[in-house]
Amino acid sequence: MSTETHSGSGISGDDSLEAAHEKNRRVRQFLFGCAAITVVTTIAIFLVLFDNAAQYFFGARISEAVLEGDSFIRTITFTEFFTGTRWAPDHSTPAHGVLPIVWGTLAITIGAGLVSIPIGTATALYLSEYAKTETRNKLKPVLEVLAGIPTIVYGYFAVSFLTPVLVDGIATYLANPIGGTLDSNSHFAPFVLKPLAEALMGASVGRYSMLAGILVVGTMTIPMVSSISEDAMQSVPDELRNGAYALGATKYQVSLRIVLPAAVSGIFASYILALSRAIGETMAVTMAAGFNANLTANPFDEIMTMTAYLVSMARGTTAVGTIEYQSLFAVGLLLFLMTLMMNVINDWMKRRFQEEYR
Amino acid sequence: MSTKRAGEFLTGVDLRQEKVRNRVFHGLLVAASLFGLVMLVLLIADVIWESSQALITYDIDLWNFFTGTSSSRAPQAGFGASIIASFWLMALTAGLAFVIAVGCALYLVEYAPANRTTRLIEANLANLAGVPSIVYGLLVLALIVNDVGLGSVILAGAIALALLVMPIIIVASIESIRAVPSSVRDGAYAMGSTKWQTIRRVVLPQAMPGILTGTILALARAIGETAPLIMVGTMLHATRYPSGPFASFSAMPTQIYSWTYQADRMFNGLAALGIVVLLVFLTGMYVVAGYLRKRYETDGGSITNV
Repeated sequence: MSTETHSGSGISGDDSLEAAHEKNRRVRQFLFGCAAITVVTTIAIFLVLFDNAAQYFFGARISEAVLEGDSFIRTITFTEFFTGTRWAPDHSTPAHGVLPIVWGTLAITIGAGLVSIPIGTATALYLSEYAKTETRNKLKPVLEVLAGIPTIVYGYFAVSFLTPVLVDGIATYLANPIGGTLDSNSHFAPFVLKPLAEALMGASVGRYSMLAGILVVGTMTIPMVSSISEDAMQSVPDELRNGAYALGATKYQVSLRIVLPAAVSGIFASYILALSRAIGETMAVTMAAGFNANLTANPFDEIMTMTAYLVSMARGTTAVGTIEYQSLFAVGLLLFLMTLMMNVINDWMKRRFQEEYR
Repeated sequence: MSTKRAGEFLTGVDLRQEKVRNRVFHGLLVAASLFGLVMLVLLIADVIWESSQALITYDIDLWNFFTGTSSSRAPQAGFGASIIASFWLMALTAGLAFVIAVGCALYLVEYAPANRTTRLIEANLANLAGVPSIVYGLLVLALIVNDVGLGSVILAGAIALALLVMPIIIVASIESIRAVPSSVRDGAYAMGSTKWQTIRRVVLPQAMPGILTGTILALARAIGETAPLIMVGTMLHATRYPSGPFASFSAMPTQIYSWTYQADRMFNGLAALGIVVLLVFLTGMYVVAGYLRKRYETDGGSITNV
């Protein structure tokens, strides 16, 4: 592009040629260094989390044990950590069972998947198979805005709208579909709803609920499912569709029996990506679902996810060296390993189901 | 299949039922597509409603809001120090991430041999993009804030954000570097340029709009990130303007977060106003990125037409 001549860059003599080669070599090394930093980051995440988590379990960091000769003492057993059902490392009578917050994360992830997977897949089918080109070109970027909105905004949305209006409304309806207050006239409630409502209304809807968390995380992961699935559906060649139409298939049959199976690798990849995002989602979930480590299946209860625990500890600006500080890294390591596992599954599925039509 | 005659073949099909089924299916798909749209409209309407209510109810002084520092007393609280802190964060994040990310992309596209190391780097990129943002915060908290002893300062936050957005810039850079036609490279080589001269003077200028677009989109992601900053440690109230990279801070999203949790209802209104400001910044960044992308597309077209 630039046509100016640069002194010393020509092929005037062997010296400058040698210098140019030398420069090339150094540039190559520098660029390789840049690329290596990305790998170093992953290794650093793993080592730092592991090192600090070791202090939580064994009373000493591995780096301190190696460098300064600190000895390991068992402070928290793995049995307590992985099977205990109460999580309160910061309590005056501490408990270190991680199950409640792992359950919190799983409940939000599964619930969000139940929202975003069907809705995202249906949206992708609509965009790819049914919508006119101009509708698609307008709707797709608008939906992608959902993924670009900061999660703190979703959190605020949950606090100021979803919980007081929607979740509260659903809870009130479940308690008494006809209307009126909770305690009176409950005989109006149909047979199925009444026991359900009584079971659910044990705890009244407070500022936080699992349902609000599920709704915001489900909503923000819709575009991941719909965009990536739609790309996969678009890459299914028209010959397959036309072949099915020629055999007398309807549009509905083509969508479900031709396009969906043909695009399955991309669609599954989008599911894994959305679920993985839901696992690591922090602010929206914290603000919507709360800080109470509960082992509950009631969608109207307050729960605490692993990420919410990390935030709750940081909010109190935990001092270095305390058991609370160390527990951050044990939970963080577990979180990192969970998302790493999702990535590995994603990678495996991509290879397993790969069927490219190009 | 071929043994069935047409008459028998069609007897099993109730055309009316098929039509109904098709229509119901179509309706379901439209309804599902509208769900996302409805949530988006609700979210934006909610933010605008809450902030306008706050403006009316609490008579918020907008001048103080945009220039003042936050305070534990709601009527005095402003957003200015947080806006400046976010600017510092963005500048430092861009500075830290840009060179490394573009360098990594150049290596992968132009230099990397097809061997195990290269595959490792590529696989690792996909993995890094999937790491939850809060984990980057934990890494910086342990390594930079406490072990190195930097403290909860803007630079520490910027390091976390830079690590977080690096994969985004790398992927965007790889795409736009790959999009530079090889004929252009061959032309440069034919003129006697070395590999680095070709990259610096031909490939990079050609790929730069795409790389910049990717960088702006990455910064748009970074400006709204809250969790890593909370892990690194921010002030509950940004009570003073940050004096530089080594000042303690509270950026826009973290200030919004702590305002949301104050008991005084006026703080919640301030949070809504803060969200409006944050969304305006975001929109601005998306508009610039979109403009660059459009220009880039026409540039690329003219090159391939030559």
